[in-house]
Amino acid sequence: MLKILKYSFFDLIRSRWSYVYFAFYLLLGFVLLFLNNDLSKAIITLMNVIIMLVPLIGTIFGVMYFYNSKEFTELLLAQPLKRTSIFVGQYLGVALSLALSLVLGLGIPFVLYGLFTSAIIWNFTLLLITGVFLTFIFTALAFNIALSNENKIKGFGYAILLWLFLAVIYDGIFLISLIIFQDYPLDKLSLGMSMLNPIDLSRILILLKLDISALLGYTGAIFKKFFGSNFGVIISFLMLSIWVILPILRIVFKSKKKDF
Amino acid sequence: MKYKRNAFRKLTILFIGLFFLNQFSSFAKTIIVCETCENKSIKEAVQFSEANDTILVKKGTYHEYNIIIDKPLTIIGENYPVIDGDLNGEIITIISDNVTVDGLFIINVGTSYTEDYAAVRVRRSKNFLIQNLVLEKLFFGIYLEKSKDGRVYHNKIIGDAKEEYNSGNGIQLWYCKNVEIEHNFVEHVRDGIYLEFSDFCTIKNNVSTFNVRYGLHFMFSNDDSYEDNIFEKNGAGVAVMFSKRIKMLNNSFRENWGSASYGLLLKEINDAEISGNTFEENTIGINIEGSNRVLYEKNNFIRNGWAIKVRGACYTNTFTKNNFLYNSFDVAYNSKVNDNVFDKNYWSNYTGYDLNKDGIGDVPYRPVKLFSYIVNETPETIVLLRSLFIDLIDFSEKVSPIFTPDNLVDKNPLIRKMP
Repeated sequence: MLKILKYSFFDLIRSRWSYVYFAFYLLLGFVLLFLNNDLSKAIITLMNVIIMLVPLIGTIFGVMYFYNSKEFTELLLAQPLKRTSIFVGQYLGVALSLALSLVLGLGIPFVLYGLFTSAIIWNFTLLLITGVFLTFIFTALAFNIALSNENKIKGFGYAILLWLFLAVIYDGIFLISLIIFQDYPLDKLSLGMSMLNPIDLSRILILLKLDISALLGYTGAIFKKFFGSNFGVIISFLMLSIWVILPILRIVFKSKKKDF
Repeated sequence: MKYKRNAFRKLTILFIGLFFLNQFSSFAKTIIVCETCENKSIKEAVQFSEANDTILVKKGTYHEYNIIIDKPLTIIGENYPVIDGDLNGEIITIISDNVTVDGLFIINVGTSYTEDYAAVRVRRSKNFLIQNLVLEKLFFGIYLEKSKDGRVYHNKIIGDAKEEYNSGNGIQLWYCKNVEIEHNFVEHVRDGIYLEFSDFCTIKNNVSTFNVRYGLHFMFSNDDSYEDNIFEKNGAGVAVMFSKRIKMLNNSFRENWGSASYGLLLKEINDAEISGNTFEENTIGINIEGSNRVLYEKNNFIRNGWAIKVRGACYTNTFTKNNFLYNSFDVAYNSKVNDNVFDKNYWSNYTGYDLNKDGIGDVPYRPVKLFSYIVNETPETIVLLRSLFIDLIDFSEKVSPIFTPDNLVDKNPLIRKMP
């Protein structure tokens, strides 16, 4: 598995798209920091990027890589190799290279800007950790979609739809259900619903570090109490880990049964 | 020549006469109180003294309470003598005009549920001066009652209040007039400074922090002004209620966090002026209810949850030349009618452009977002703050307002922030 991981990883590291992705973050980081003199505003913009763009790129890239390397995968399958190690290795290769682009691309400008001496380092670390989690989650989901769909167009369609659902539509349903049931106590419902969507979960985790005063209002106190405590943070990261592990398990399961 | 000499003599006599008159009228002696002196307590010294005397209290600890000052005296502490009330009740009560109390360290005021014991109380007096006191372990600190023309200057009041019901206020004014409160430090009491039915008072350069309820609290007090004060980390911020013509200038309201916490709470305030203040990191910067004809000018709203929350019945208020910087919500509004003017403010969330370079954005800014309306209706939806979906509906509301008042716009948003 390690060999395949290494191969995928270095293959991707050398590919043009990784560089574009890396350069994009690098540019974004520099522009945000050096054209904008307010660090906290830069972090808010970064948050928007991370919770929107990272999942999108993770999904698209995952699906694309899977379909593009299909012939090579088939070649590998002819070898005496475990299927699990082939697919999981490929998955980890993609996810790791994407995560590396993200961390380096955003990390370098911030380090040059003097991040280590600033108090904002923990917020930034949290931002990167959630970014990495989101990359792993959405790449895994993308691999699942690609494994289940032979048709490329269909695969891409589903991938985009998945992203759209989790990033936008889910929140719409969330909002409507909160408004419809506003006569009932909603704390548990809203906590539960935000736990179920990795994008929402990451957003709230980051928000609690940034917009703390707004969230400390009337109802915000409940969220603050939950997500602000160690227990809440552990549960949130546990939830994010489950979001990584479940799709990987499905990759393993599906790849064993799949007929090529 | 003769005339001149005569004049000179007259002048001399006048001077001598004046000198004697002066001596006579202020035939004041200084009474010294110390542990080894003739007068071992302030109470005795007050009894022995006559009007206009000075009582000098030397360093030491005096266990006394109920010291009643019934004649014009000056009481000065040397190197902060301690007056320990042993939790028995009120410590100094001033019932005469022209009294000065200076430089004492007063501790252990008694707590009572039926009487408001204070460290220093001024009752029906004029021209008092209370300065350089340090008060600790108190119930009420300085309590001014139906008094006027006084000054409370440079005192330090440090309480240990935990609950509202069994604690008192730092400086309390009740039916007072023309009182100056300057350079005081008040912390850990119920209300830092509390004014009730008190008019024409000035509150300047005070620091009021960590109080259980309000840093500063106005009730039914008119024509007062407060300037250059700092209110920080109070339970519920600053409340100005049922008052007219109050001037609030250059104060700083910071870090008042909590579910019912405001930088500034305005309720039934008319004709006030609020300018040059800074509201930073409060849950709600200003909460406005039933306030009319108030001018908000040149204030800074920085990183608040809500910069301004308008609850209702607020008419003809003007917001101009303010800076709104990185607040989660700039303005929240719960009605569709708007009679308030927003003009020439700087909004950090403004995304318009300025083609003719006159420093004023060409596209009007709508400070009320649909989301802030939704949060008003269903508070739990705050969990969706900064989600892409919310940005989308905010955008569509911006393009064609349906839920928010459509005339609530800043037609001339500034491109650069006010200095």
